[in-house]
Parts: sequence; C-alpha cells; structure tokens
Amino acid sequence: MSGHEFQSFFPDSGEVDMSDTSTNIDETTMAELRELAGRYPRARSALLPMLHLVQSVDGRVSPAGVEACAEVLGITTAQVSGVATFYTMYRRRPGGTHHVGVCTTALCAVMGGDALLDSVSDKLGIHPDETTPDGRFSLERIECNAACDFAPVMMVNWEFMDNMTPARAEKLIDDLADGKEVTSTRGATITSWREAERVLAGFPDGRADEGPSAGEASLLGKSIAEANSWTAPNPEDLK
Amino acid sequence: MSVVTKPADQVAPVDLITVTIDGTEVQVPKGTLAIRAAEMIGIAIPRFCDHPLLDPVGACRQCMVEVPDMGNGRGMPKPQASCTLECAPGMQIKTQLSSAVAEKAQKGMLEFLLINHPLDCPICDKGGECPLQNQALANGRGESRYEGRKRTFPKPVAISAEILLDRERCVLCARCTRFSEQISGDPFIALVERGALQQVGIYAENPYDSYFSGNVVQICPVGALTSVAYRFQSRPFDLVSTMVTCEHCAAGCSLRTDQRHFQVKRRLAGELPEVNEEWNCDKGRFAFVSGRGDDRLTRPLIREDGALRVASWPEAIDAAVAGLAAAGSRVGVLTGGRLTVEDAYGYSKFARAVLGTNSIDFRSRPTGADEAAFLATRVAGRTLADAVTYADLETVGHVVLVGFEPEEESPLVFLRLRKAVRKKNLTVTAIAAFTTNGNAKLNATLVPTVPGEEAAALRALDLAAGDVILVGERAALAPGALAAVAEVADATGARLAWVPRRAGDRGALEAGCLPGLLPGGRPLADTTARVDVAAAWDLANLPASEGLEATAMLAAAAAGELQALVVAGIEPSDFADAEAVRAGLEKVGFLVSLENRLSEVTERADVVFPVALIEEHAGTFLNWEHRHGRVNTVIKQSNAPMTDLRVLAALADGLGRPLGVRTPAQALAELTELGTWQAPAAASKKAAKKAAAKAAKPPKAVDGEVRVKLSTWRQLIDGGRGQDGEEALAATAKPSVARVSPALAAELGVAEGDQVAVSGGSGWYSLPVAITPGMVEGTVWVPTNSPGTPLGELGVVFGDEVALSLGGEE
Amino acid sequence: MTDTLTPVLSANWGTEESWTLEAYRAAGGYEAVGKALKMTPGEVTDLVKDSGLRGRGGAGFPTGMKWSFVPKDNPNPKYLVVNADESEPGTCKDMPLLLASPHTLVEGMIIASYAIDCHTAFVYIRGEVLHVIRRMQQAVAEAYDAGYLGTNILGSGYDLDIIVHAGAGAYICGEETALLDSLEGRRGQPRLRPPFPAVAGLYASPTVINNVESIASVPAIVKNGAAWFGSMGTEKSKGMTLYSLSGHVNRPGQFEAPLGITLRELLELSGGVRAGHELKFWTPGGSSTPILTAEHLDVPLDYEGMGGVGSMLGTKALQVFDETTSVVRTTLRWVEFYKHESCGKCTPCREGSWWLVQLLKSFEAGTAQDGDVDKLLDICDNMGGKSFCALADGAVACVTSAVRHFRDEFEAGYTTPAWEAFPYGRSALFEVNEKVEVHA
Repeated sequence: MSGHEFQSFFPDSGEVDMSDTSTNIDETTMAELRELAGRYPRARSALLPMLHLVQSVDGRVSPAGVEACAEVLGITTAQVSGVATFYTMYRRRPGGTHHVGVCTTALCAVMGGDALLDSVSDKLGIHPDETTPDGRFSLERIECNAACDFAPVMMVNWEFMDNMTPARAEKLIDDLADGKEVTSTRGATITSWREAERVLAGFPDGRADEGPSAGEASLLGKSIAEANSWTAPNPEDLK
Repeated sequence: MSVVTKPADQVAPVDLITVTIDGTEVQVPKGTLAIRAAEMIGIAIPRFCDHPLLDPVGACRQCMVEVPDMGNGRGMPKPQASCTLECAPGMQIKTQLSSAVAEKAQKGMLEFLLINHPLDCPICDKGGECPLQNQALANGRGESRYEGRKRTFPKPVAISAEILLDRERCVLCARCTRFSEQISGDPFIALVERGALQQVGIYAENPYDSYFSGNVVQICPVGALTSVAYRFQSRPFDLVSTMVTCEHCAAGCSLRTDQRHFQVKRRLAGELPEVNEEWNCDKGRFAFVSGRGDDRLTRPLIREDGALRVASWPEAIDAAVAGLAAAGSRVGVLTGGRLTVEDAYGYSKFARAVLGTNSIDFRSRPTGADEAAFLATRVAGRTLADAVTYADLETVGHVVLVGFEPEEESPLVFLRLRKAVRKKNLTVTAIAAFTTNGNAKLNATLVPTVPGEEAAALRALDLAAGDVILVGERAALAPGALAAVAEVADATGARLAWVPRRAGDRGALEAGCLPGLLPGGRPLADTTARVDVAAAWDLANLPASEGLEATAMLAAAAAGELQALVVAGIEPSDFADAEAVRAGLEKVGFLVSLENRLSEVTERADVVFPVALIEEHAGTFLNWEHRHGRVNTVIKQSNAPMTDLRVLAALADGLGRPLGVRTPAQALAELTELGTWQAPAAASKKAAKKAAAKAAKPPKAVDGEVRVKLSTWRQLIDGGRGQDGEEALAATAKPSVARVSPALAAELGVAEGDQVAVSGGSGWYSLPVAITPGMVEGTVWVPTNSPGTPLGELGVVFGDEVALSLGGEE
Repeated sequence: MTDTLTPVLSANWGTEESWTLEAYRAAGGYEAVGKALKMTPGEVTDLVKDSGLRGRGGAGFPTGMKWSFVPKDNPNPKYLVVNADESEPGTCKDMPLLLASPHTLVEGMIIASYAIDCHTAFVYIRGEVLHVIRRMQQAVAEAYDAGYLGTNILGSGYDLDIIVHAGAGAYICGEETALLDSLEGRRGQPRLRPPFPAVAGLYASPTVINNVESIASVPAIVKNGAAWFGSMGTEKSKGMTLYSLSGHVNRPGQFEAPLGITLRELLELSGGVRAGHELKFWTPGGSSTPILTAEHLDVPLDYEGMGGVGSMLGTKALQVFDETTSVVRTTLRWVEFYKHESCGKCTPCREGSWWLVQLLKSFEAGTAQDGDVDKLLDICDNMGGKSFCALADGAVACVTSAVRHFRDEFEAGYTTPAWEAFPYGRSALFEVNEKVEVHA
C-alpha cells in the first residue's frame, strides 16, 4: 500500500519537453535573467533562480528558457538541461494555477499522507505529476517538507497546509477552485504557483508580513516553558 | 588505456614516498593515487570511472581497497576508492588480493553495476573488449541475485550524427562527460536527470558535435557509446590490429587500425604519451573510407586518341618513359601533401637525379614569397632534439599563435594546449581576426589583426625567452610575417615551430621537395651541399639551376616552357587559383599522374599510375615536431600493389638512370645516411633577411560593394577528399558561414543568417552570415574548403581583398 | 541545574511580528553584533570555540573549530554559506526558526562572517518553503536598510553582503559539498574531499558551511558568553538545542532544551504517545539515524548518548511511531525517499537504493522469499560505507536498524502482507477507508 508503482521504463526522460516550444520569454524576462546573473560573484550561481524565473514566466522549464539561461550564462544548453532535470521543483510540463503537494515520506505517509494523496488525487481526477485538463491544478507526491510536527502535511504553491485531513483537503481544493481567498496555515494568502516561483527566483511579492509568526506545534515547548517558568540560565547568575 | 601517468624518470627522486600494497613496498611520487601505485607493481584494481587523463571522480566505486594504516598508525574505518586516494608516506593498502573487505566491496559493486545492465552482450559492439564484461567474467557471480525489474530506456539515442547512446548499458562513470568538459572543452553532453534515472544526455537542439567525439566511444568502459561508422561492423576478436601514424594532418597521432577480411573497420587513438596521449580527432578516427569508392584506381591508364584507357603496367611505364624522355629536364614535379617521407624522398631524388630538374614542390596550396626561405632556414634539417615538442607546450608559460588555428588545423596541438592551459597555467595569445570557439577554449587573448598585418601585430607583443611561437602555413601569405616570426624569435629568445597542416608536408620538406632545398635541409645554392648529395647518389653532379615553385611550374607548363609534369596527389582547388592550375595541367605537353583515385589530374593525364592507399603500404610521417611516426601496412592484399616509390623506380629504370631505392626501408635508410645539413648560423639569418625584403604582395583589385580583407582557414571537417564516403562524419561538420563584425554586418545591411556574396578574382559564392562580436573590422572570414565551394575557385587567398555584397543564391 | 526547557532561539517565536527587525530589536536583537564587531575576528572564533557549540545539522562538528580552519593567508575571498536546505525526514526545526525569527540568523551570519573575514555570505534555503524564503528575503532587506549589512556595518569598517538563495528540490543539497555545487549553478552532486571546503569550497575559495541553528546560536553565545552556553547541556554536548517531536504523540512540536534531555522527558512534556497506544520505535535525529525502541527512552539525547546505543543525535528529529505501525512499511517509505533523492553519482547508492526498494516492496506485499532478510542485509552491507557520500549510509541505517530490532516483522514478509499484519488505517490520524490493495 505504499502507493508507489515501481517504474522501470523511462520513455520521456533525459530532457525538457521539446515538443512544446511556446514561450512568453521577452526582453523584460531576459533583462531579469541578466539581473539575477549579476547578483552573484559568479554568474552561473544564478542558474537555479533563473530556472525558477523561467517557470514563473512559461509555467514550466521551456526549451526557450533553457536556451535563454545558456545564453545569459555562457554555458551550453546541455549543461542547463543537466541542472534543470536534476531538481524536482523544475517541471517539464505546465504546472497548474495551483500546485498541490502531498507529503508521503514515511512519517506523513503513516499518519495518513497516503490516504490523503489518494483522496486528493480522486478529488482532482489526476495522478501525481499530472495537471487537470482545465489547467487549474497540478498534483505532486512530495518528499518531507520540514513540517513533520504538523503531519500530515500538504503544500499549495509551496505554502504550508498543516495538519491535513481528507475533509480539509477537499474544502481547500473546492475553495481554490471557486476562487475563494485561501490562506496558508503558516504563510500568506495563496496566490498562484507561478507567482510563487517568481518569489523563489528572488523577486519578492511583498507578502512576508502576512501569516503568523509560528504554528502551534512550533510554540509548544516555549509555551510549556512559560507555564513552568523555565528559562535559559541568566548570564548574570554565572558571574 | 595507459596505466602510468608519468614515466618514472621524469620525477625527481626527492619526491618519492613509500607505501605498502598487499605487503609489497613501492616508492611512488608524492601525490600518486593508490590505484596508480598498485599498477606500478603489477596489481590491477578493477575500475570503470578512473582514467589517468581525466580528473578523478570516484563515481563507480569499483576500485575499493582497505587501508589498515594511513601512515600515521590509524586505519581508515571504511574501504576507500583507490582512484581518489592519494598515497601517504607509510600508508598500508590492501587490495582485493589480500583483503576480504576489499574483495567483498568490489564484488558487491560489480553486482550493483550488473543489476540494471542489459543482457545484450552478444549483440553489443563492446562485447569481447568490454571492461564490464571482463570483470563480470573474472569476478562476477555465476547467477544473479537480482529478481527485480531492469531499468530501460528507448535506444539507441543519436547524440550526434556520428555517436549513438544506449543508456541501458551505461554505468554512469562520467568518462565521456568529463572528457567533453575537461579535455576537449565541448560540454554538449552532460549528466542529466538524477538518481537511478541519471543518464548522459544532450540538449536536442545542440548535438554533440565535437571534433573529438569519437574518443568518448573509445573510453566508454561499456557499450553505451558506439559510432554509427562501426556499429555492428565486427567483433573485436575478429579484428587484426596494426599501429599506424595518421595521414590526415601533421599532428602525428598514433592510431590503431583494425581490419577484418582486408577491409579497415575502424581506427582508434593509439597510445603515444609524447604526441596524442590517448586521444585523436574524429577526422583521424572516422575518415578512412575515401579509397573505397568507384573512383578508386586499380589499373594503369594511358591516353589514346584523346581518351584514357586501361593499360598494362609495362605498357604504361613505357608510355611514361617515352613522354618524360622527350621532355628532358624540362619537367616539373608536384608531390602534394599525402606522401610518406620515403615516397617524398623518392620524388625528390627522381626529380633531381633522374629527370635532372630542381622544379619540385610539395606545396599544393597558396604559397608566400618568403616561405621557401623561411622553411629552409628555420624548419628543414632540424630534428626532434632541437624542436619545440608537445611536451614543451606543457612547460612553457606563453604560446603565441600566428596564422594558426589549432583546433581546426592541428587538433592534437589544440588538445595539448588546452591541457596546459587547464593544468599548467599556460597563457595563449592568438594573432587572428576574431576569437574562435577553439581559442576561447584556450582562454586565448586575441590580438585582433586584419589578415596581412600579422607581422606588425607580432612585433608589438612582449615576448620572453622560452615563449613559443606556433606559426601556421597560412602565415606565409601575410607579408613579412614569417620574417617577423624569425626576427622576434631571435630577438627575444622565444622558440618557434612551424605547424603545417598536411601529414606529408614536414617530411616532404626534409626529403627535399622544394626547389631550393636538397634532402636533409641542404640548400641547393650551396656547392658543398650539392656535392654531398651527388656523392651519396653516385652522381657526378646535381643540377644547379634554380627550380620553379609550384605556381611557377604550372604557369610555365601553361606557357609551354615545361614539357612535362609528374604529379602525385594534388587538387587544383587547393591552390590559390584553381583555374591556373587546370590550365597548367591541360596545356602541359605530357602529364604523368600517380594517384589513388580519379581526380582532376588523372582526367587530364597522359599516363595514370594507380598507387597504394596509405593503409596498403608502410612508411613514415614526420610530424610538426620533426618526430618520426611509423606507418605499418594494414592491408596486405592490395588492389594496387605499387607504391609511388616503386613506380618512380620503374620509370627511372626505363629512363636508364636507376633511382637506387624501391622500398620504403631503402629510401629511409638512404635519407638517414645523408643526415641533416649543419648550416652556419650566420647564413640562416642572412637568408631570412633577404626573404623579408622580398615579401610584399599587392592585394588583387576586385569589383564589389564593400571591400574587405579575407581571413580563412580550413575547417577540420570540410570538403577534403580524404573524408569522402563518411557521411556521418560529414554531418558533424561546422556549417559554412561568412563571419563579419557587427559593424560590417550593419554596413552591409545583413542580419545573422542572411546570405552574403563573397567575390574574388575569378568568381563569387554566397554564404550565410555569422555576426561575430569582437571581430576585427574590415575583414571577412570564410572557410577555405567548404564542401562544394573551395576558395581556390574564387582565386583569392588569405589576406587578399574580396568584395562583399548582400544576397546571392542560397 | 538548568531548567528542563531553555528557550533561547525560540524565545521570541510567536510574539507580535517577531520576524520584523523592529520586533527582533525590541527583544534585544542585534546587540550581539555590536559587541562582536568590537572584538577581533580571532576573539569571536575563540569565543565560539570555547562555548563548545557543535554543528546542529547532524554531524556535530565543533563550529568554532570549523571557522578556525579557514586559511588566513589564502588570497581568495572567504565565504560563509548557511545550510538551510532542511530536508532530512523528520527534521523541522530550521524552518520554524527562519519563519519566526529570520533576523536571528542574519545576526549570526554577520558575526560568523566577521570572524572568518568573509564579505559575501549565502543562505541556501530549500525551495519548497515559500513563506520562509519571503521572510528571509525581507529580513536581509531590512538589515541592509538598518545598516547591519552593506558597507561599513555599524561604523566598524566591516562590509558584508548576504544573498538569499532558493534551492529547487534536492535532499542531497543538504550535503555540504553538493550544496556548494548547487550554489554554483550545477547539479547538486557531492564533491571529492580533499580539498575540503575550508580550503577550496565555493568558487574554489575558503568556505565555511554551517547549519541554520548553529549560526543562529552564535548571537546568544556572543551576548551571554561561552560559560553561559556551556552551563547548559553535558560535558561534551554543550548548550541548548531544538528537539523536534513528531509522529504518534499527543502533542508534537518543538522543544528547546539543554542537550542531554531524554525522550521520556520530552514525551512527558508532550502528553505521551497518543491515547491507547504505546511507543514502538523512534528516530533520534531523522531517518538517517538508526531507529531505537522503548528500551532507549532514558538515553540522553546528546552526541555521546546516541552514539553509545548505535545511533546518532543527527538533527534531533524525534519521529515517534506507535505499535500500529508496520516497520516494514515505514522502512520501505524511507528507502523510497533515499532512492528518490539519490543523486546518481555513485554506484552503490544509485543501484542499491533501486534494488532495496524492490526487495522491501516484496516484504511489504508478503512475497519475499525465504532468506531475503539476509539478502537485504547483504545488499545493505555492500552499500554502507562504500558510497561517495553519506546518503547511502542513511538509507542503509534505517534498514539494518529496523531488522536488528524487528527481524520477525521482516520474516513475516515471506508470507504476510504488512497491511494485513498492520492495517494501515490504524496508524493514520483520521478515519481511512481501507482499500483492497493489488500489487504486482
């Protein structure tokens, strides 16, 4: 019941999707790519952020995006392709308006993540790594997202959705589908995957002040300490 | 694969440390990897990713050893990959031979490598010479413990027109990707994906078009990379291997030629650390089928009633002897660049001792006024001992390129320069019109130079004693450039080396295939030299009258001043003016051609002798370093058993003045016996000065809209006839373009890819424009010999003025 | 005797707009940086050395010593890279820290950079945590505006730039040399050592790579002194640290305590294992640390204590599983993680994890063959200690420790599917409609 089919034949691996050469990359994007390259002591360091920017513009790592990065950085397209296919956040096919991740690494899986993925998959009518035909949702089976004390965990556009249940997931998806305002449990108002990718590229969206300081689980130890008047030693006492 | 990185004699004993491997003490240079140290005492540790010429990577983990003592009394808790483990003084290393831990680690690794490896050895090109197969046979389990599903991919994938990839077979050793990045600097292949899906890949729009791509097939430790040319052609154990020296350029690569049923199936880079290490270029590797076409000559031809007909050997020899006897000494000899030293020597002696003429020239290309003098004083008669060598390129600090584009014109010189740049902090300066891709890979500093102005550019450089000037044959076309090279070298203590393009050029020079130069670099003008040679040849004297250079010979032939020509392998379009060559060949009274294949020369010849292909005879090539490279006979069942030398000997016999040599061994022995000329130092300087004064060549005037200077060289893979028949190789050629600066493009009103017409004295043709930032103004670059449009047809050479205009046919 | 819990790093979490410069300063933030800039860089390094702070990313290498390895005479620029790639399964401490108090890290980075003569520092944050990255980006921008970053910081003449860098999904980038390759815009695959990053790291220049929590601990050490830090914890495992409790416990969460607290104490604080259930197995520091059982409840959670019972302190990520949990299933899911995250560079990790997953699937499905437990262990033996980096060691550790403690459960896999022996729905936190599983 791991839910993972063991895949052993990889017909489409090895490169980005060369069958779709469409692109929205324009001079503005090129200027932003060059700006990113200029932020680092050595330009190639900007490649990961640049690929995030390509995704925010083209909804995937497009052939034009690979070529643009290679051109700006003066490296070969094969080198860019090697990087673009290494990291799981880079998509070969267009992601949905909202990119939904369900953690199924051991702890989340055991605590309900597997069942949660099944229910989300049923709800959206797609399997992991697919995008709904209307382009609104894409689904991904994600690995541990550093929120284990909030398990089972989902992510929407890489915002935390903590302590999920199938019922909460269903409402979340309905709300997103209906265009209602949805807020991350430990983050901002949900925007879109492509807007999120732009922030990851290094262009802030001004939403850092939204959301709480910390989740309840994060504060557990601190609140217990406060209740018991436990503190770190007073340095004055050591003198 | 070579197993030792450096001969022990190159390492100072002070750097030696002692380690113990399987109980045997061995002294190794500091920094030696454990896997190399083991090799030194005959212990072979299995490996796949390790390659002595690539940076260590430690990826395959096959070469695990146990280290019970690091040299400080403490052992390493885990087994170590011996390919990344540097020996330390006192270190104890236990290989699979003495350590159960190492043995189990290695067996386990082999099992891992095999779980996803296909069971297709019976149809795999590598089967029979496959390190993985060998390992599996020697150390693998009889039966697999793996009951899972094997990883599969669509196969094969063409990563270039020439190279195919079977990802299922790949063990991900990254030798190919490291080669492409580290050695040749063409990272058009890369590791892509990750984890169990990791694979070698290209970006579909940019195939692995590297001049060195064949090397990755050779170093692949499995059958993952194969060549279109050799795929499914043979089993390794059915091949007969012969070591030869490559005939395609003056780099002098050692090659292993593999034949089966008297047909060459493949060529591999030979191991020659002093020259090509373990690499070669794709032209040398794949271009060996040009002699297999319908145009191969197998029987002599003679002209009868205006048409060539097949003749018997005696008949053809009689006809040639009659024609040459009638011409007396009014004969010219054009030898071309394909000859071995021995054959070239045969022509030289045939011309001077048999025909009685000094009109002999090996240069089937544009030549410069001061070139012959430069070659006589600065190149001929030298030996390896006093020459710049490949090894020197790794030890000097600065190399200047004059009229020389290493990656295109001498690819192994390029690789060695790149190695020195990467590993030894060599700096390279290129006197050229623009920074080529090849020079960019050398981090070369460009001295932007309009063609023809090389002399001034060189004089303006700040050179130090010990620097090296590599000068290409094109430099002869720049007024005063060769003189400047000589002068700058003398003034600064820099060393110079002439790097010709063709494999036979350096040897032809040594053999005396220049009008003013007798064998061994002896000046014809020097009486002592003439007497020496005449004595060696058992003659009373040698003809002393000045001979004609190639272009002059052809002009004289056209004018009826020469009665006959004896021609080896030349192509009219290789010369500055193809039409003038054709005119000479047409109008000469009597034309004898010694050729492999039908050509423009055989078409016009009165007698045609078929001569052996390079694979059918033995001999020697002298490379640019003046190093002798042996050519052994590969195919012993020949269609045309006669070599140039034997034909010449037969003709000489017929003329009543025996040549005295008829085998390569005799020719080489005689040339060696003659030795080289010891020129008085003062004489050479004087000659160079004299030559410099002669230089200066007015540009031709041509009509056109924008007049610019022409920069040009031959691209490695181009329209050369030696590459005929190998279509996959041809498909990897660089596109033919006309390069102009952005400003010139604007002046012409052309955008990238637009057609531009290039007009010379005797024609024009059009090419797509490649706008090249940083290119010197007032200059256009086009390839010298792109397929179908050799520059000789335009009648212009490097440094001439040409006219550019918009448009022209596609 | 220190208190059971000692919030220092987490002291300001949950306060009003704790992530802002203003709130951070109001809580005493950026006092340490002023103090540090008045010391010599060597004094700062010595102070951190004296404190006994050890790396909080898993390996536990002394932080101050790492700094002191940076060669002073190397002409290249020096770099500080903060590893915020937190991806080890179970580990969830750095992300809440950065979310709630990014300025703690910024302040720590300024001090650490000053100590090693670095003028360009990087935070490499895993890409899948958008809001954490937002907060970090804003904190760095605020710090520039306030003169804590940029040129002539606080009039000291010291200059520093910080670059916030988002990763793109690769656990292996938590390995420090893979992180460096990734930060150079390459595939995140580990590098050969030597040369070590302290000598030739980022851009082949001297580089210090530290975990978020390690660097975030520095301001408090500078402010309160080495002795203060050392007054918490044990002799060899000094100071306070963040323990992350997750899984089948009543109240999961973060607990900042002196090193050496036990799981029993932490379980007591969090209300114990969920009602009606009992502890079956747990990880002390993420999935790469060998699992432990109820018999280890009283072993101190410090470097020595965990090492003493054949495990490791790791990231102090305590994942707790109760008796409903199938060890086989859990192990399979961890190994699937390692297979997914293997970079592919070396054979044993790439091929071994591929094989292990298939073999463990047969155990889960009850179709393993008699003797396969030994085959499983032998494959682990062929992987462990043979791979290029420690990723495969982590993959192996969860398998071998699981077999060590629960061999019977694996042997049951010769006949019985794990989901029959341990109906999976019972481990979930919510009602699950059990499906009939069909396995190939």
